[in-house]
Amino acid sequence: MRLAAKNELCSGCRVCELACAMEVRRENNPKKRLLRIEAHFPAPGKYEIHYCTQCGECAAVCPVEAITQEDGVYILDESKCISCMACVEACPYDVMMVHPGSEIPSKCILCGACVRMCPKGAIYDADTSEGGRW
Amino acid sequence: MPGGYMGQILRVDVTNKTHKVEPLDPAMARDYIGGRGFVQKILFDEVPVGADPLGPENKVVVAPGPLSGVFMPASGKVQFGALSPATGIMGDANMGGHFSSEVKYAGYDAIIIEGMSAEPCVVVIDDDKVQVIDGSKYWGKGCSAAEHAIKQDLGEDFQVAVIGPAGENLVNIACIGHDYGRQAGRCGIGAVLGSKKVKAIAVRGTKSIPLHDPETVRKKAHEMFEGCFSKPGFKEWTPQGTPGVTPWVNEVGAFPTKNFWTTYFDHHPGIGGEALLERIWLTDKGCFCCPTPCGKYSLTKVNSKSAYVEGPEYETVALIGGNCMLRTIEEVAYGNYLCDELGLDTISGGNVVAFALECFERGIITEEQVGRKVEWGDIDSFEHLVRAIAYREGIGDVLADGVKAAAEAFGGGSEKFAIHVKGLEWSGYEARWAPAMMLAYMTCDIGAHHNRAWAITYDVAKGREEVEGKAAKVIELQRIRPAFDLLGNCRLQWVEIGFEFEHYPEMFKAVTGRDLTIDELFAATDRVWNLTRTRAFLEKPGFGRQEDYPPARFYEEEIPNGPAQGKVITRDKLDKMLDEYYALRGWDSDGKPTVETLRGLGLDDCVTKLQAAGLL
Repeated sequence: MRLAAKNELCSGCRVCELACAMEVRRENNPKKRLLRIEAHFPAPGKYEIHYCTQCGECAAVCPVEAITQEDGVYILDESKCISCMACVEACPYDVMMVHPGSEIPSKCILCGACVRMCPKGAIYDADTSEGGRW
Repeated sequence: MPGGYMGQILRVDVTNKTHKVEPLDPAMARDYIGGRGFVQKILFDEVPVGADPLGPENKVVVAPGPLSGVFMPASGKVQFGALSPATGIMGDANMGGHFSSEVKYAGYDAIIIEGMSAEPCVVVIDDDKVQVIDGSKYWGKGCSAAEHAIKQDLGEDFQVAVIGPAGENLVNIACIGHDYGRQAGRCGIGAVLGSKKVKAIAVRGTKSIPLHDPETVRKKAHEMFEGCFSKPGFKEWTPQGTPGVTPWVNEVGAFPTKNFWTTYFDHHPGIGGEALLERIWLTDKGCFCCPTPCGKYSLTKVNSKSAYVEGPEYETVALIGGNCMLRTIEEVAYGNYLCDELGLDTISGGNVVAFALECFERGIITEEQVGRKVEWGDIDSFEHLVRAIAYREGIGDVLADGVKAAAEAFGGGSEKFAIHVKGLEWSGYEARWAPAMMLAYMTCDIGAHHNRAWAITYDVAKGREEVEGKAAKVIELQRIRPAFDLLGNCRLQWVEIGFEFEHYPEMFKAVTGRDLTIDELFAATDRVWNLTRTRAFLEKPGFGRQEDYPPARFYEEEIPNGPAQGKVITRDKLDKMLDEYYALRGWDSDGKPTVETLRGLGLDDCVTKLQAAGLL
């Protein structure tokens, strides 16, 4: 799976954020998301989808090698994390998330829940789709 | 407390700038479920009969439902309610966007705003931190301008419900705006907030909603979303959204045109969903977790003016478009923008402007009174009138009270074409040739509103002249549609793409742990229905059957042209339907709930109060 997004298809419903939190954290709380939707209103009236591309910048800066690649997905080992936040600062997409009540960052594990639930196909798997549901 | 509920009610006193957090009463959750149920139960218990709707005793209650904010389709509806300045009876209005879910994440099942602030204020709810801050700098601003300014000051991640100048100026048709284009439009709740000098309520929350069975919720949500995606209507209905119905409403002769004088608008292709999509659409704009967003964010240009606006939704197309005879989607969208920014309900706003245009055409009001010549299909006339209404300037001060009050002030027979029931202006379906739809408007508990029972499709399917059996269908719809208002979900997936209602009790069980049957859910809607009806009898001396009739235009004037030419509904038919409706509801011939009906629903306090008032 390779995440990709078409901002122009996004309707800002944020189901991706909640699907993410439910899948990864089993919590009904979109503030525990691992991707984020940014709304630009009232002008120019568009949404931006910020998501992890598994670029590895986070792993590159991690001083304790808490982030490692497995099958193309960068995984954070929370037990190794020292909360230095170097990865948060380094993330080019601002999606190394520090959730409310947590001092440890979290990142996308490429589970695909956002892709399955997006009603617009605005976030999609570039290996199997070109985005959009119609 | 079962899952789905946050277990807390927030009470904010804007007089003293204080607040307290109270536990949610489990019995209220059991009997009234949430959302509109909580709104009306709290208002019934806490606002004294005879309170001034714009005085210190009235309250604004805001309530998401137990399923609001939950991982499932369209879990983003919130209810606002108060004693309505427009109707003098209990009112409520629902709104989409992202406010409902945020109230839950902040930790509340309802917010009660009470008292009167001396100065403009903003209620700021940031999880457990609640403040009533100075709102002077936002006072006077339009809805989206104020929302933008508040978000810049507090943070983009706050969700904001706001009033415009119309609410500030205590206009009876003032709405509450949110998310640059969603509104709680009906019943003038915006004016009640305005009377309390509450410019806005801003909410931000970080809490998780407790779930009885998280794994089942997650699986059920996937099933429900995928179920929606697989419906043919998912792809067919969503692109145009609600205005997509415009051609059909014209074809069946039910499109409000020229102040409901007729029911077919020649220019409808220029103002419907197709025109919207082709000419002004920028992006779909979904409410929280919506699989089928009807929000169509647009950029409209009229002459030298341009505006960003969400919509127009169908109701706006009908009431600002057909009813005021604006001929292009650009003009309708610009009219929509004006109302949104001023904080006017587009349904009532379109009605009031059309009523004024007809009064002007008939010479009941003059150019001198209006301040200029006004005419049908003229966006400048529309702008002149809505601004006058929102700022209560000149004749706008009379129109601001709604068509019922304006007709009483103007006289000249204008009450025959003041299109309302119980003081609430009519929404987008003319019903002289649609008896079930007519009955739906007549009996809707807040006044002439479509959302409790959209029955016109039943008329088309079962016979447009037929009145028998229509009452039963209206009641069935008045149970199923308001059920969504208790749960905190949008009904459009069920209405528009045929998504099965049975999913909702199943999800309710996974979320709350409570095995709520559809019959029990419908009983809860009946409880609210009888509560608001009882309150109307208590609130208005002499309330009864006569409040359930439409304006005389609908039973005295034949539809002059179009597919429904020559159609009119007789008083006999109206009476027959009302008799049948009252009997099925367990009400007497004056439309008053009987003791047996009230007791059967556990509404013993309604019985006590009616008896104390000498009404039983």
